[in-house]
Amino acid sequence: MAVYKFKTPISEEEIRKLKVNDVLYVSGTMFTARDQAHKRALEYFKQGKPLPLSLEGLAVFHCGPIVKKKEDRWTIVAAGPTTSTRMEIFEDEFIKNFKVKVVIGKGGMGKRTTEAMAKYGAVYGAFTGGAAILAAKAIKNVRTVEWLDLGMPEAMWILEVEEFGPLAIAIDSHGDNLFEDVKRKVEENKQRVYQKLGLSP
Amino acid sequence: METLSIVEDVAFNLIKQAVIYLPEDVKQALRKAYAEETSDAGRTQLKAILDNIELAEKYQAPICQDTGTIIFYVKAGAKAKDLDKIEAALIKATRRATVEVPIRPNAVNPFTQKNSGDNTGRLIPWINWEIVPGDEIEMTVLPKGGGAENTCVMGMLVPGEGIMGVKKFVVDAVIKAGAKPCPPNILGVGIGGGSDIAMKIAKKALLRPLNVSNPDPEITKLEKEILEAVNMTGIGPMGLGGKITILSVNIDYAYRHPASYPAAVAFNCWAARRASARISADGTAEYLTHKVSEVKQNGCLQI
Repeated sequence: MAVYKFKTPISEEEIRKLKVNDVLYVSGTMFTARDQAHKRALEYFKQGKPLPLSLEGLAVFHCGPIVKKKEDRWTIVAAGPTTSTRMEIFEDEFIKNFKVKVVIGKGGMGKRTTEAMAKYGAVYGAFTGGAAILAAKAIKNVRTVEWLDLGMPEAMWILEVEEFGPLAIAIDSHGDNLFEDVKRKVEENKQRVYQKLGLSP
Repeated sequence: METLSIVEDVAFNLIKQAVIYLPEDVKQALRKAYAEETSDAGRTQLKAILDNIELAEKYQAPICQDTGTIIFYVKAGAKAKDLDKIEAALIKATRRATVEVPIRPNAVNPFTQKNSGDNTGRLIPWINWEIVPGDEIEMTVLPKGGGAENTCVMGMLVPGEGIMGVKKFVVDAVIKAGAKPCPPNILGVGIGGGSDIAMKIAKKALLRPLNVSNPDPEITKLEKEILEAVNMTGIGPMGLGGKITILSVNIDYAYRHPASYPAAVAFNCWAARRASARISADGTAEYLTHKVSEVKQNGCLQI
């Protein structure tokens, strides 16, 4: 387990250094996107419409934050990750088209994302579910918000972060997926668990 | 003071305490988990959890952005006054907490998908009533997060398999849930009664403090056996692999119909939030789960 600290924009070369089980801290620019923002971004791409900012080398955070507006400034109150599997249907295209280098969320992602990460050089960093204040404290500034018409949780919040993490690298750019490994091990352990309880398989 | 405003203030304080401060028994269990976890990935997650708990207290902010569906358990003394006003007070407290704590608006109309914006709506907050002797009112709030709610299961098992069927049901539920309910979790297991009763007692079992054992020593044995077994799965903190998947198994039961064997498993995430208080007939409140040094009239509290 190695610990890395990267600053955005993150290069493919840096990403290729990371292996499953490493720990990453990200500084620089990060943006939130859940189902609706992923969907809209991909629609824009299809129509040839530019996005509000270039996402190349940035980190995307699967998160619907609690945000408070004081006078004219937004501040993040709580910002833990949401379940990433909902974005599985978008993420491979998202990585390919926008060259996002780090995907942050909880619960892991599937085969399509794992393949896209290997092909285009990106990683999935698992942030501890529920650790909303740890996340909020690493967010130093809300630069702006885009697509607020989607609602507070679904909007694209553009954030400046400092050592955002720890992110457990759960999918690397070499085709390894920690959540799939754990699932396989759990399936192997199941028989031992049954035996302990005196159950027949 | 009027019952309505006393109950409202106490309920508001309970919601605020619950979403910011985990009960001591849960914190202890998480610290113990961190000491015992051997996988690097698992330890990283538990460390982040413990850091987050500390930061939430320091900055007086909700531990998790999902502050859940607000559920109340009320033990109403049969001789307590103004019991008919409690429901309105709990609804007011929930609305106030949404703005003042703040907590995330989490009540959505299932037909229109419209969020009410204030955590209230038809039957929400949900109130579980119990009539008890005396003139006191005891209230508990359980802010129930969505991730761990999505993995709750209820099953009508085969009576002939007896308790063996329950063991398998619980293990399978934990394996199927995997990383989704934000482990390490607390499991409430309800056995018997009927389909609705099993889930109701399973969820209520989540309120039992982790340092209080089951009053029935036979069931304590079963709880320990299941706990050890599910912690052999290897799911680990946040499903990244490790020893500690479940912090506690809390079982409760009701007698069953001869032809039925209902069983339910209720999951709570590691952010197992709950807070209780008792209001005496003279209107004074005693906070039971959180040490409160001072509760000011304006609802601000210091812990």
